[in-house]
Amino acid sequence: MFLGVLDYGAGNLRSVLNALSTAGYPATLITKPQDFDELDVLVFPGQGAFGDSVRQLKEAALWEPLKAWLAAKRPYLGICLGYQLLFENSEENPGVEGLSVFRGKVGRFQSQPGLKIPHMGWNTARFTDAGHPAWAGLGEEAVFYFVHSYFPQPEDDQLVACRTEYAEDFASGITSENLIAVQFHPEKSQTVGLNLLRNALAYLAPKS
Amino acid sequence: MLTKRIIPCLDVNAGRVVKGTKFLNLRDAGDPVECAVVYNDQGADELVFLDITASSDERKTMVDVVARTAERCFMPLTVGGGIRTVADMREMLLAGADKVGINTAAVKTPEVIDEAAAAFGCQALVVAIDAKRNERGSWTVYTHGGRNATELDAIEWAQEVCRRGAGEILLTSMDADGTKAGYDIALNRAVSEAVTIPVIASGGAGNLDHMVHVLNEGKADAVLAASIFHFGDYKVRDVKEYLAKHGLPVRL
Repeated sequence: MFLGVLDYGAGNLRSVLNALSTAGYPATLITKPQDFDELDVLVFPGQGAFGDSVRQLKEAALWEPLKAWLAAKRPYLGICLGYQLLFENSEENPGVEGLSVFRGKVGRFQSQPGLKIPHMGWNTARFTDAGHPAWAGLGEEAVFYFVHSYFPQPEDDQLVACRTEYAEDFASGITSENLIAVQFHPEKSQTVGLNLLRNALAYLAPKS
Repeated sequence: MLTKRIIPCLDVNAGRVVKGTKFLNLRDAGDPVECAVVYNDQGADELVFLDITASSDERKTMVDVVARTAERCFMPLTVGGGIRTVADMREMLLAGADKVGINTAAVKTPEVIDEAAAAFGCQALVVAIDAKRNERGSWTVYTHGGRNATELDAIEWAQEVCRRGAGEILLTSMDADGTKAGYDIALNRAVSEAVTIPVIASGGAGNLDHMVHVLNEGKADAVLAASIFHFGDYKVRDVKEYLAKHGLPVRL
């Protein structure tokens, strides 16, 4: 299986590569459109701001191949911004269109006295369907590392795979037939995170 | 529910852990990577390396320490000490650090906070504040590892770094540091209530009740501790179980 990690030059992907490799799935960086040709599963661990990422993906000529990949329902694991970008737009950069794979926007945590933003640290993801292969062996809920100020608000409730409470109850992950996308960082979530990566890739990998 | 973070801190000089740890069964207790792995296995929520290397040549060894740690520890890693410019930060982040800590550089050139937040996102930037009580009943900011007093008021400075884009504040009470007599609760509370970003309490931990107090009354979001862990007094897990018993949300 050829596993690729999308790299549009925004930051360090070493921890994601390290975690995937430790989980038993060594991956290669995807830096140009041709790299999609041989690809079986795409991991997109986005970081930074919503608008900047869209701009940088377009500048690197990776935006169209990424859209095509998702439109063809090819296997996709999204992390953090790689989850947020699947939606239509974000309060972070109004006017910038996301990948719009799913309906809904990315909102910001509402400021309130005593609430720290970003939401930073370890929090619980409650699985809406604990029987989904992504969560195999993790029980009904698990604690992952989060760091973000914005989160997607999917219009389709059926997509939501887990929910997390921080001032409000938000959709911290989604699944579909070809896709798993989460707001938290499995690559920073120790054993639980590595287990999720193994589950996700076993689910997404092409069946031979 | 978001849990309170327990963060061990290792002081590193020229690639070696100083003050030593008393971990048993470690091939090399002076190797920061080996120590980091122990804390990772104990369930530490994050890890901080404080580079106290004086010479800039030897500081390069920290980059290697960070890279080797990131291969074996899957938790957030912060590196502080001697980091001055956006280029210094980039080097550490590319090596595998998730966050960088700055202190003196931020006081000298506050704009570096804005630049770093724009370049890497606020989540990657921890501003460390060393504060000492003054005769006016407030706290003064110190730099250069606590040697130099500034004109800055700690609360106002905390608000400024928050405004400029810091992702969190590592707050050290110089009065409490090294005393093992407990954190400065009033300082932590005042800063935590004055900003909208998380505050990590540091300095003064001598026992587990001190941690309970600073997380409750001090309103800290996380606690940093060094010697309490290094000398084997407590394992990270012991601390978490104690905090849980006192009603604090922790990741067990």
